[in-house]
Amino acid sequence: MALTIASREVDGVTVLDLSGRITLGEGSVQLRDAIRDLISKGQKRILLNLGEVNYIDSSGLGELVSAYTTSKNQGASLKLLKLTKKVHDLLQLTKLYTVFDIYDDEASAIASFK
Amino acid sequence: MSAVSKGRWSFRLNSTMESVGEVEATAERLGTEAGLDEDELFRVTMAVREATINAVLHGNEYDPARQIDVVFENTGADFVFTIADQGRGFDPDHLPDPSAPENLLRGTGRGIFLIRSLMDEVHFRQLHPGTELTLIKHLAPEPGNR
Repeated sequence: MALTIASREVDGVTVLDLSGRITLGEGSVQLRDAIRDLISKGQKRILLNLGEVNYIDSSGLGELVSAYTTSKNQGASLKLLKLTKKVHDLLQLTKLYTVFDIYDDEASAIASFK
Repeated sequence: MSAVSKGRWSFRLNSTMESVGEVEATAERLGTEAGLDEDELFRVTMAVREATINAVLHGNEYDPARQIDVVFENTGADFVFTIADQGRGFDPDHLPDPSAPENLLRGTGRGIFLIRSLMDEVHFRQLHPGTELTLIKHLAPEPGNR
């Protein structure tokens, strides 16, 4: 299943609801384009909801890191919401868990941007 | 595990992303037949996918003149995956550690790290030209046969 991305606004935060796979050729480019689009429009608060992302490979992990660094370099803040067990385990394995702000519930994640 | 699931399957594929998908799907099917639980199946299919991407992308560089040679083997004791590319080769002992603090924010370089983390054994062999990776997952012994 390829990646689908839906965007919504909650209290000044752009929430991207991702669903599917973030892998080489199946979502990495879509995620990159979505983040660049938000940054170019001046959005400073971005929350990636990964609750429906059932698979991510090394390319997808790299894309998450690139999204984080691109946002940070442009003065924006990017955080993660609702990791599935597989994605959680991979972030721990690669120590990327220490890089991202990660939340289990949306209200707390939205509040953290204030 | 049933004796039916033991066997050896080999094939040669083009250096395309379609081949990656085909190899990944085969790993999932054979891993299921080998009796791997959900977590182990995820680990094996992901490691196989990463190794295949390495061979197609970094090894053969999507070159239509170069193929990948793939072998799956279930020995009963181990689930073994071997993949060989026809590329320039590389030194697996001198790759940067992507989990080191200075490398954490790099966008690439996690494939081999993941393969090593997800499998029980990983072996590299230089083919001149090309690289052969062998990935091994030990299978749980059958009840009453420990």
